[in-house]
Formats: sequence, structure tokens, C-alpha cells
Amino acid sequence: MAILDVQNLSTYYLIGEGYVKAVEGVSFQLEKGEAMGLAGESGCGKTTVALSLLKILPSNGRIINGKILVRNTDVVNLSEVEMRKRIRWKVISMIFQGAMNAMNPLYKVGDQIVEAIRLHEPDVFRKEAKERAAKLLEMVGIDASRVDNFPHEFSGGMKQRALIAMSLCNNPDVVIADEPGTALDVIVQAQVLRLMRELKDRLNLSIIMISHDLSMIAEICQKICIMYAGYLVEHGDIVKIFKKPLHPYTVDLIGSFPSIQAEKQEMISIPGSPPDLLDPPPACRFHPRCKYAMDICKKEVPKLLKISKDHFVACHLVKD
Amino acid sequence: MEDLIIKAENLKKWFPIKVGLFRSVFSKEELAVHAVDDVSFYIRKSEIFGLAGESGSGKTTTGRLLLRLIEPTGGKIYFKGKDITSISESEMKSFRRKMQIIFQDPYESLNPRMTIRDIVAEPLRLLQETIPPDQVDRRVNEVLEDVELTPPKKFVQRFPHELSGGQRQRVAVARAFGITPEFIVADEPVSMLDVSIRAEILRLMISLVEKYASSFLYITHDLALSRHMCDRLGIMYLGKIMEMSETEKIIFEPLHPYTKALIEAVPVPDPTAKRVETVIKGEIPSPINPPSGCRFHTRCPAYIGDICRTKEPQLIDVGKNHLVACHLYSSEK
Repeated sequence: MAILDVQNLSTYYLIGEGYVKAVEGVSFQLEKGEAMGLAGESGCGKTTVALSLLKILPSNGRIINGKILVRNTDVVNLSEVEMRKRIRWKVISMIFQGAMNAMNPLYKVGDQIVEAIRLHEPDVFRKEAKERAAKLLEMVGIDASRVDNFPHEFSGGMKQRALIAMSLCNNPDVVIADEPGTALDVIVQAQVLRLMRELKDRLNLSIIMISHDLSMIAEICQKICIMYAGYLVEHGDIVKIFKKPLHPYTVDLIGSFPSIQAEKQEMISIPGSPPDLLDPPPACRFHPRCKYAMDICKKEVPKLLKISKDHFVACHLVKD
Repeated sequence: MEDLIIKAENLKKWFPIKVGLFRSVFSKEELAVHAVDDVSFYIRKSEIFGLAGESGSGKTTTGRLLLRLIEPTGGKIYFKGKDITSISESEMKSFRRKMQIIFQDPYESLNPRMTIRDIVAEPLRLLQETIPPDQVDRRVNEVLEDVELTPPKKFVQRFPHELSGGQRQRVAVARAFGITPEFIVADEPVSMLDVSIRAEILRLMISLVEKYASSFLYITHDLALSRHMCDRLGIMYLGKIMEMSETEKIIFEPLHPYTKALIEAVPVPDPTAKRVETVIKGEIPSPINPPSGCRFHTRCPAYIGDICRTKEPQLIDVGKNHLVACHLYSSEK
């Protein structure tokens, strides 16, 4: 049984001029111990999916449609209190984007982890929580004595590690990592990725990794979801998708990644830019940038087709 | 000598740190950030030279020093053989006509109150007095076409906020190439852009470098992209160049342990690729008190003994213009 089962999720933001259709009919499953990448250009709705799962959308964000089954409980209609008591941080936790600014500069790192522990497990004493915080820091490779340091005493990589430690403080099943490597240097980024891979194996964690960087997703994930303008255009087993991408967007996205090892080849880029989600193009949202666009692409939204057991694609070019 | 556009010799930039009165009176020690510390290299005509390294390695400072946007603490800068290190600002102006810079963030480097036409025309107006005013618009249209913002008349009256990130960076490129400069510094020009449009901007810059036969300093932390962009590459660490050679040699036959670590750390967009298990530890040390001897010795996986700690390795040629600063390759071990 999947630990997380998202069915037909749509999330909109209400702004003065109308609805921004940020996420439209997204479905996926996540098994225990599995790492899934959520990829796409900026503004494609990756982060909105994550915020919807935890129901921490900004005040103008609404889940319009769909189900989010966490261990078979639909969380869409759970109250705030229930979410905090049962789901957030205990089942699903999140490593927020921008490690540099994700912590409160006025509180000690340890105290911030203690706060997260005690908020979700009120019967834990302060002293015990602090010991747990120190252990967590050690687990991510930071000396336990640094528990009383302030965030500014940590380097960028250490802050990112501390955030990872914090996300694990209530033993969650699923960790969502939002762009965990950006703003870090290559070497530090490689260290963080390696840490996440180790933790995943050791704690049997499920990870959702949000990134526009496919090479980082390729480093840890077994599954990948490619999003474009709010739609899930292709998802499935990462090796299959990298070897034989079917959606034209996926092909170009993978092609636009320079590899340091492979033969030097012409770099591909995708002409145009992602659409305005206030007034997205009709039917397949990729058709204005697609070199294979046909008449039907402007009229009908392509359905997500099952190609094989673990490969799905939504494109009119692909017939079953 | 003729084809060297830029040459830096033992370039240094130390940023002094303000200390309190007590310390400044009673302590002889002067504190400074050793941002660039004794760096020498050259850039040939119509060559793309890359400087790569982690943040804090001094690549951006080097770029700004070459344009004399900041004054060097020591060393010499030559532009086409002429020493421009200490000439006056008015003399410098004639050289500024031949130099330009493209900044990292297109969201901040374009004045939000100026139209695209004014942004691109500004360097023409300020630096190229020889162009009669009625010719300025013609040139603006020309470069906008060069950067594929076509038709130009659709863009000239717009403001930066009406453009996407990629289009903005094209405007920044157009502004830089407007005065047909001979030397351009591009400071991480694509790191703020989405991966899907990076390639296009890079290709555009390569084609413009060819068209105008400019020399290009490309500052980056992304080795995978610099491989596609640069002819030669210098790897910087804590204000020093550790290794310098042709790009392909650096990527496929790296000599310095730091270069090796840097290349291994680049994630590979292939889920079946072999994962590197050894990542070097720690982060770049503070440039205020850089480690003694070889600056990399605190993190080096190939540490060979006291010599690394006590003696600073020189950048030496190990053959075929491949320069490396490491005791592993020096003769006096």
C-alpha cells in the first residue's frame, strides 16, 4: 500500500485578476522507502504540490479538487488541529527552500529543533527533546556540541544539514525536500545529496525531491514526475524516462542538461517561456512551445496514458 | 604579444577589515580578506576564458579588478600590452569603450524605470560619442536583433518588468555588445535562469563573441556548462589559481586534487551513472586567515606531508601549457 496517494489534485491561487491555476489534476503514488523527484521549470507548480500535501498554502491558495490519501486518510478535509497533531512533521515533513534563510536567526539551532519536537509531541520534556536534537545533529554530521550555536555560526552546508535534522525530528515517513541543493556550492551539494541518500537507506524514508535540476534528481530518486504549467506530463521509473522520454517537453528538458562526462554535444534549449497560469493556453499547455504541435493539441487535453507498469505520459503523439 | 587582450600579473586584492580602536592601536596584525592573492593569467583575442570555483574563491573580484571597477592592492593589469593598473579615471575612459560586463542577476542589473531602448543605448551614449545621436537607434535595433529580440520595435518601448528572465538577460547581453567591446566579463550570466533557457543564452554569447571577435571572461561555478562554453579554464580556490589549461584537459585529465574533487562532485543527469562515494569534507575556509602553505591542504585527500602545510606550491607548467599548483607535481618534493 502506498504511503501517499495523490489523486487528481488541483490547487488554485486567487488573486485580483482571477485564479492562477497552479496545479491541475496531478496524481501520483509514493511507496515507503521510495524517492521521487518532482521536476520542471520555475512556476510549473512543483512547490504548490508540496504545500498542498501539508496544507500550508498561502492564505489565497485553495485545494479545488482531488484527494490526498496519507496512509489511507484523506487529508484534504482535515482540520488545522488534526493536521498538526497527526500529519505534519509526524508523517510528512519538509525541508524548505533556501537553507540560508529558513531558520530564525534569533534562536539557537537546538532550540528550534526542540520547538519542532515539542510542538508535535507535547509530552516530551525539554531536556529529553534537547538530547534528541543533539543526536539528530550528530546523525547529519554536525558535532553535538553545536546544538547551542546560532544559525549565523553555521556555514551554508551546515544550515542545510541542520534543516535536514529538523525535518527528521518526529520520525516522519515522508520528507519533502524543496530545492535542497540550490544556493550551495557543488562540493557541499554533493555532500548533502550523499547524506540524504544515506538517511533514506538507513531510516527507510520516502523522499519527494523538488528540483529544476534533473541531475540532482538522478542522483537519488527512483521515480520522477515531470510537471509543466501545472500538469503532470510524464511520470514513472527514472531510468526508463531518462533512457526513453516520450513527452516532447521531457525530451527537451533532459537534453538541455549538459553532462560533464558524456560526449560533447549540441545543447538543446526550449524556445519560448512557460505560460502565464492566469490565462494558460487551452488544451495541452505545452503546445505553443512544442515542435510537434498538431490541431488536436489545441482542442483536447491529453490524458495520462499508461505505457507500461511504471511509465505514464500525457501527450497526443503517444497512442496506446 | 599582439593577440593578448588582457594580461594579469600577480594580481592581488585584499579587503581590509575594520577593527576597533583598541585592537588597531595595540595589535600590529592587520586583518584583511585575501579575496584575490597573486593571480596571473592572460586572455587571447576572441578567446573564452573561464574562471571556476566555489563561492568565496575570488572569481568575481578578479573579474571586477580587470575592469578596474575596484582598485587592486597589488599586481599589474595589461590591456593590449598597455599597463592600465594605475592610469587616471579620465585616461581609463578610452579603455572603458572597449570593455563591458554582464552581471549575474537580470532582475537587478536593469534599471526598472528605463525602457529597453534607453538601457541598450546608455553605453553608446556615454562611451561612443563618435556615433551621431540619430545613429544610436539604428545600432540599438542592430544589437537587439543580434540577441534575437525580434522584431526590435516590439521591445524598444517596453520596460524590464514586461520581459521574462531570459529576455532580460538578452537585453543585458545586447547592452554589453552594443559598443562592440574587445573584452567582456560575464559574471555567472546564466545561474539565475531556468535550465531550459540557459543553453540558448550561452549559444547566443558564443556566437556574438565570434561575430565581434571579442575576448570573454566567463565566471562560473558550473563546470558542466563551462565545458561547453570555454576554450581555457582556470580553477580558483581561496584567491589562488590552482590549475589552468584547455577546458577538455581540465575536465578529462585533471591533475590538482581540488579540481578532481570539484569535477567528481558535479551531479550527472543519468540515473544509471556510477555514484562517487568519496566527497571531500568540509567547506571553503575563511579568506581572512587562509591556511598556511597550500591553501587546500586542510581538505586535501592527497595530503603528502609537512610540505603541503609549510610551503606554498607555485603554479608550474607540467607540459603543453597545463599549469598546476600542487606539490604532487613539483620537482622539489
